[in-house]
Parts: sequence; structure tokens; C-alpha cells
Amino acid sequence: MSIFPAKGVWWNEPVEKSEVLWVSIAFLWAMIMFFMMPYWHFAGEQNLSNEAYKISPDAFVEKTENFAAKYTVREDAATGIPVVAPPAGSDVYIFGRTFEWWPMLELEQDKSYRFHISSADYMHGFSLLPENINLQIIPDYEMVLTITPTSSGEFSIVCNEFCGIGHHNMVGKIFVK
Amino acid sequence: MANFRTCPDTGFKIDLQADKLIKWNAVTAVVFLLVGGLFGLLVALTRWPAVHLLDADLFYLALTAHGLDVLLVWIIFFEMALLYFTSAILLNSRLAMPKVGWLGYVLMLVGALITNVAVLQGNSTVMFTSYVPLQAEPHFYLGIILFAVGALLGCAVFFGTLYIAKKERTYEGSIPLVTFGAMTAAIIAVFTIATGAVILIPTMLWSMDIGLIDRVDGLVYRIVWWGMGHSSQQINVAAQIACWYAIAAILFGAKPLSEKVSRTAFLMYILFLQLASAHHLLVDPGLSSEYKIFNTSYALYLAVLGSMIHGLTVPGAIEAAQRKKGFNNGLFEWLAKAPWGNPVFSGMALSVVLFGFLGGITGVIMGTEQLNIIMHNTMYVPGHFHGTVVVGTTLAFMAISYWIVPTLWQKEMVMPGLAKWQPYLFGLGMGAAAIFMMGAGTLGVPRRHWDIAFADSAIGHVFPEAANLMMGLAGVSAVVGSLGALIFILNMVGTILWGKAKVPAPASAEPTPAETPSAATSYGGAGTMAVPGTFVLAMVFLTTFVLYYFVNWKYLAGVWGLS
Repeated sequence: MSIFPAKGVWWNEPVEKSEVLWVSIAFLWAMIMFFMMPYWHFAGEQNLSNEAYKISPDAFVEKTENFAAKYTVREDAATGIPVVAPPAGSDVYIFGRTFEWWPMLELEQDKSYRFHISSADYMHGFSLLPENINLQIIPDYEMVLTITPTSSGEFSIVCNEFCGIGHHNMVGKIFVK
Repeated sequence: MANFRTCPDTGFKIDLQADKLIKWNAVTAVVFLLVGGLFGLLVALTRWPAVHLLDADLFYLALTAHGLDVLLVWIIFFEMALLYFTSAILLNSRLAMPKVGWLGYVLMLVGALITNVAVLQGNSTVMFTSYVPLQAEPHFYLGIILFAVGALLGCAVFFGTLYIAKKERTYEGSIPLVTFGAMTAAIIAVFTIATGAVILIPTMLWSMDIGLIDRVDGLVYRIVWWGMGHSSQQINVAAQIACWYAIAAILFGAKPLSEKVSRTAFLMYILFLQLASAHHLLVDPGLSSEYKIFNTSYALYLAVLGSMIHGLTVPGAIEAAQRKKGFNNGLFEWLAKAPWGNPVFSGMALSVVLFGFLGGITGVIMGTEQLNIIMHNTMYVPGHFHGTVVVGTTLAFMAISYWIVPTLWQKEMVMPGLAKWQPYLFGLGMGAAAIFMMGAGTLGVPRRHWDIAFADSAIGHVFPEAANLMMGLAGVSAVVGSLGALIFILNMVGTILWGKAKVPAPASAEPTPAETPSAATSYGGAGTMAVPGTFVLAMVFLTTFVLYYFVNWKYLAGVWGLS
């Protein structure tokens, strides 16, 4: 019994068949799950890159402002945040700051963009909806990944990492044409 | 000199100091379950869109307090009681260093109070995770550190008692499986607390702003903090599974199918599970895929294997015991004839099933490198861990309380009728809440978010109506579950304060542990008794797991290209 000491040579007792079978099946399943991750790096279209850089928030904000200055097409009426339309295939910069995503982006469907994402202050959660793509954004780190919008319309970036009392007001926009 | 009494129900020799420490730790745990549970109810009532109870600042405050009080304080106080119980009492030994045990208790209590005060003062609304550079008041961190030191002392008393029992030969053979499980929990606890010290002490110094530390790196914080944050969940899993085995033994006289396999499964937790904290960082910048895959597969999956083994062996042990008693018809007579009206059993059975299906499967899927992209920080995450720590750990602790409290205090339960329903109310209520939270998460609803209607925001996002429905249903279910928790708390407190003294009953309906060793050989496993019913249930579990796993890959394949 499990609440009494185990006496004798319990470590040498034979293991019942169904238990051996279950352990084998479970181990096999663990191996399949292990295999799926490297497999998806070759066969799948949704993998995060390993590329990231350390950068001070000020430097990143400056890079983003330079990027916005080049490609701004209009201002969002409700927030005054610039809407930036970078050429397909180019580098795109965006950062989170209490409590906004800056700037807004206008992208073309089925074109790839090299995104650089960081934070100007606290940690933020980059949750691209309704796609449901979620990234952890950490100040001092510039995350780089290539994003290819495969659908069009208006998309929101909701912050899903608590960043302060106004966190729930933090929404950004990506428009895909 | 240690003084003892003999338990009239079980015949165990009980060190009076251990007796007192168990009682105080357990009662304190239940009080914090009440406090933390109330904060949780407020959170649930705020995230229920139609109710939206609290203001934003109070909501985030309540959410911080909820996480700390239930995830840390309730669970770890209860685990201290379990450590003393599984060492001193199960080994018939005196408790080592009872004064250290009391010091630990006081430190934990003072620490918990300090952190609660810090949160309630309003300047430490940083969530349970307190990610830098969000900054809490220094005493927020100090309270957690004191609490952890107290828990470390409790572990020292546990190890000391194991040593004394061995040296004074209070038992023959190897320590019981349940004690082995508790030892697993205690070993992981030492690792957890050490990791916590590595991150929380510098963070406290940083928050004091005295020039010693002027910044804490966010990514380093997350890596080290989760070394504590995730490992502490492994303490819970080990402790909860020890409770499962204990209940199987107490109610059915069940012996593990194989001591060797069950102990190896516990050992896997020590070796692998505490390495797996990286599955919280799968979408963080600056970590390589190789590291993520290594950490989530090699480390995590071998520990998952441990859990899958326990998932078979706990019900398997019960099946073997029931079949020996003659419930041998068909695949499931042993299960149908189990005492479903006894909260000790029903709580444990629900804990096994809900932990596996709701907490286990979803945890592995979320911990898959690429699948995490479509779940990270959505409501799927709290859905998952309410499937582990609430309907898994907390329900298991409730179940064993229905046995420990009447036995240790020698009192009759004050509300035995309600107790029969309580595990169903709590388990199914919170289980449903977990499912609806996960449903909302698949629609992208963020966790830790005051208002998904974005009423105060210049621009917003329109969630599908189903998301609001899910959040509403999660709220309703959480209220039902909270009612279940309240009944448990009232029953426990009522029994301790006003319960009638137990009349020693010569013949109990259920076999008491002291009588059962003669049922079979006194050592080792359940022999070669086949457990076909359990095996079928395990295959149902595996099938669900496999299907749901690949469904999520299908979801992932539909989102924008990322590389």
C-alpha cells in the first residue's frame, strides 16, 4: 500500500503487461511530439526566426520614427497615429508604448515584410487579431521576423501582456490590401 | 522529548508537534483559499462582460492578489501540512526540529501578510509574475522572499524527519510511495526556492532604488523567474499525485501496480520537469529554436511521460484492489461500484480526470514551440492552469482534507450531505470555467485584460460574439465553482470549530489502512493483476490527446506566414 513502507525487493518485481505497454505507447507519443517541432521548421509556414538584437528603447524608437517619416501615407483620425505603407519586402518597424502600438501599418496581401518589433518601456504582448498570432515583446530586445499576410482586411494588435492600468486601451492596427 | 498519541482510526503514532503543525498549516491554507478565492470571484465577475464588476485599477489589483493568494499561499501552506503528514505520521516518527517548523510557519504567515498588504496598498499591481520593468514596492518582494524562506525551513524539517526515521528505524523497508512523492515535491521545492531567490532578491534591491542594482533585464528576469514559477507547479503536481496514491490506499487498500514504475515516474519529475520553464518563453525574442525544442521536448516530454504513467497507475491500482474484492465483472464494474458519494473518492477521481484532460493535454500543446504562437497570453493560458492547479491540485487537496480533517481532529463533519456534492460542484464548475476560458483564448481574447469591449479606448477590436459568450459562460461557471469552494471552506472550518467529537467506531464501512496489509503480500506492487478497464480509459485519453494535438497544428497552418 502506498501509505506504508515498501518492503522486500520491490525494485525487482515484474511489471505488469498493460503497464509496460502503456509506458511504451506514451514514450512513442512523446517521440512523435518531439519530431513535430523540427519537422514544422522544414515543412511548416509558421515558425519564429531566431533573430533578435539588443537595443536601447530610445534607439529603437528613433529607427521607427525614421521608418515612419519615409513611408507615412496618412494619419489615423481617432488617434493621430501615422499609418505607414512600406514597400513590399522591406523592413518594418513597430513598437509598443503605454498604451499604444506605433505606428499603424498598411501592407499588401501575400507580400513578405521583415518586421522589427520592440518596446519603448514595459513588456507588451503583440496579439495580432483575429489571426491570433501572439508574441512577447520585451524592452531592450528587437525581435526580427518575416511576416506574410495571407488574408486582407483590418487587423488589430491587442496588448496581451499587462503593462499598466491603461493596458486594456492599448490597440494598434494593420491594414492589409 | 517528543510526545505521541495514537490515532484511533488508523493506529498511526502521531507526534504531537507534528499534529499541531499540520493543523495550523492546513487551517491557514484554507483561510488563504477563502481570501484568494474571493479575489478570484471578483476577477471572474469582472471578466464576465455582462457584469463587469470592478473598476480597472481594482481589477488588476484583485488579479494580482488572486494569483498570489491561491497559487502561492494556499497551495504551499497545504503542502507544508502534507510534508509533515507524509514524514512524521506515515513513518511513525517524531518530527525533526519542531521549532524550525514553527519558525517556518511564522515566516510564511508574516511574508504572506506583508505581500498582501503591499498589494492592497495599491502600488504593487504587477501581477503574480511581476515582470520587470513594472515595479512593485520593495515589501511586495520581501513578503514573497520571507514566505519562501519559511517554506524552505519546512522542507528542511521534512528531510530531517526522513533522516531521523531512518536512523531510529521507525519503519522497515523503503519509505512509502506517498512519502516518496512528497519527497519529490520537497526536492523540487528546494530548487524552486533557490531559483526564486536568484531573481527576487535582485529585483527587490532594484525596487529599493539604493544604487545597488539599477536595472534588471527583462528576458533574464523571465528565464529565471519561470525557473521558479514553473517549477513551483511541479511541486504541486508531485504533491497532488502523492494525494491520489494516498487516497487510493486509504479508501481501497490499493497498492501501486508496480512500486518501481511509480517511483521512477516521480523521479522523472525531478530530472526533467523543472528544466522545462522555457515553454513560457516560446515566443520571446533572443532564444533559439534549438534551445526551445530541447527544453520543451527532451525535458518536458519525459516529465509528461511521468504524468502519463501516474495517470495509468493510480486508477490501475484502484482497479486491481477492487477486482481483488470481487468487483470483477466486465471492464468497469470496479469503477461503477466505487464510492462516488464519498467526497474523498469523488474529489480524487475528478482531479485525476480533469487534470489529465483539461490541464495536461492543453499544457503539452501550449508547450509546443510553434503551437504556442496561437495561444501565448490569451485566455487559453489561464484556462490551462485552472485545469491544472484548480481542478487538479486544489481538488486533490480538498479530497484528502475530507479524510485528514475528521481523522486528525477526531470530529464528525458538520455538513456531510453537502460534502457529497461539493467535489462535483467545484470540480465541474471550475472545469467548465477552464474550458470556456480556453475557448475564448482560441478566439484571441487576451488574459489579464479589463475590457475586451474597449469602451474607454480611442480604437478597439471587435471580438466575435462567441468570445463574449465564452467569457460570460466562464463567469457563470466560476460562480458555481466558487460556491463549491465556499462549501468546502465552511465545512472544514465548521468541522474544526463546532464538529461533534467522533465516537470511535469499531467497524467502519471502509477498510481502514491498518487492516489492509494482510489483503495481499505486504510489499511490492499489485502483482500481475491485469487492469483492462484502466487501460481502455488510458487509450481514450491518448486518442483525445492525439486528435486535439493535430487539430491545433491545423489551426496553426491557417494563420499568416511567419519565418
